[in-house]
Amino acid sequence: MLDVRTQAAPIGAPVPTEWTRKDLLDTDTLSADEIALILDTAEGMREVRSRPVAKVATLRGVTVVTLFYEQSTRTRASFEVAAKALGADVVNLTASGSSVEKGESLIDTVRTLEAIGADLLVMRHGKSGAPYLAARNTTAGVINGGDGTHAHPTQALLDLFTMRCHVGDLAGKKVVIVGDVLHSRVARSNLWSLLASGADVTLCGPATLVPRSLHGAAAEEGRCTVSTDFDAALEGADVVMALRMQKERQEKGLIPSLREYIAGYQLNARRLALARPGALVMHPGPMNEGIEISPEVAHGLTSVIEEQVANGVAVRMAILYLMATARHA
Amino acid sequence: MTTLYLGPDELSRTIRRLGHEIVENNHGTEGLVLVGLLSRGYPLARRLGAAIREFEGVEIPVGALDIGLYRDDVTRRGAPPPVRPSDIPGSIDGKTIVLVDDVLFTGRSIRAALDALLDFGRPARVRLAVMVDRGHRELPIRPDFVGKNIPTALVQKVQVRLAEVDGEDGVYVYGEEATHA
Repeated sequence: MLDVRTQAAPIGAPVPTEWTRKDLLDTDTLSADEIALILDTAEGMREVRSRPVAKVATLRGVTVVTLFYEQSTRTRASFEVAAKALGADVVNLTASGSSVEKGESLIDTVRTLEAIGADLLVMRHGKSGAPYLAARNTTAGVINGGDGTHAHPTQALLDLFTMRCHVGDLAGKKVVIVGDVLHSRVARSNLWSLLASGADVTLCGPATLVPRSLHGAAAEEGRCTVSTDFDAALEGADVVMALRMQKERQEKGLIPSLREYIAGYQLNARRLALARPGALVMHPGPMNEGIEISPEVAHGLTSVIEEQVANGVAVRMAILYLMATARHA
Repeated sequence: MTTLYLGPDELSRTIRRLGHEIVENNHGTEGLVLVGLLSRGYPLARRLGAAIREFEGVEIPVGALDIGLYRDDVTRRGAPPPVRPSDIPGSIDGKTIVLVDDVLFTGRSIRAALDALLDFGRPARVRLAVMVDRGHRELPIRPDFVGKNIPTALVQKVQVRLAEVDGEDGVYVYGEEATHA
């Protein structure tokens, strides 16, 4: 039985919040209401995905271009499936094989795509801030699909959606993010959306890979903590998210050795037992099983890693829908 | 100006009468499924289901249908309509679906509801039950079961208030009638 009152705003009632942004570049400026609007909309999209014919025609006539300057499997595929499930047309571009190889500038590429008729541009770029430059130079809506070490808002929102499905209201819940926080756009975007949703966040990893500057973010309440002691950080955790450990970090001398990293920061069964019973296990992928996460935990009972990927389509559908239909402020 | 057209007692009497009409029209309750449009059609459908259970002793499946993704004004109107999960009980193939909504006006919501419903399967027939028909159709759609016909001027507003959503029962009309009507 559906409880009508817990649904999103009833038709006819004032919508509590309306999407008015042209672009979605990070989670840092999103209000709790805007985040809730995205997640509520994603509930409806998830229901669409569960149907025998998981497709609607709502965004017929809308063109979504994915422009990826960095390789990606799940984000690009997820956006493409999401756009097609809403009936939009999708054009996929990668830097290799496009005019980018001939030296076309980012601004020229974006303006060309706008001229071709792109309504929404999903962009991934190796340089932090690149989508901001693109957004300033086009009337198309720009969605950041990951920029350098800066932000990955759609990943953060699908993580939040997955947490909300299992943990409910995140106010006062404890989320531990472990690994290479310093270079992780996922960690950063997650931090902002989690804090906005009222969660307490502990960022954990070797001192060389966790920025002390984030300690005390949301300072007045002190809801962000930075720790180098993973075992201690896990106490009372409702959610544990392990980040991908990139081998280059070792080559750059940021960790002494992978073996040392595993000893101190691998999420394994012994450590998971230190968290709250039933604590959710998450990972943004792609995983290095046996390094930042042990296989038995990655595929354990409370792991929602595959669900994160499935939810990614619903959350991206919600974002595409809100952005394509928005009345810009 | 606000006019109360139906009070709580009349509203529940009307729901019982609609329940009887639906069962009579279907020659029983066989294959019947009530599908309410979100938000106010769904609680109405649940009440219809409860009324039918009372006098027929049969539990009719009741579903909820969201039409946000099917509206024809999605990219034209101001704020995009909210999107919520539909909840259709089991397969609708071969069933007699009664769509339930609060107010029938232009007919565009029902057009959207038909599209949404048919994405779930192929019912044998689809009927339409509404609490209020206020006229002003823009599409060739007509209701099969009507709680109350209320002729209105375009500028007026009709609201079916339901305890589940609004905290009280009642059918109200707001605004002045057109003097030249």
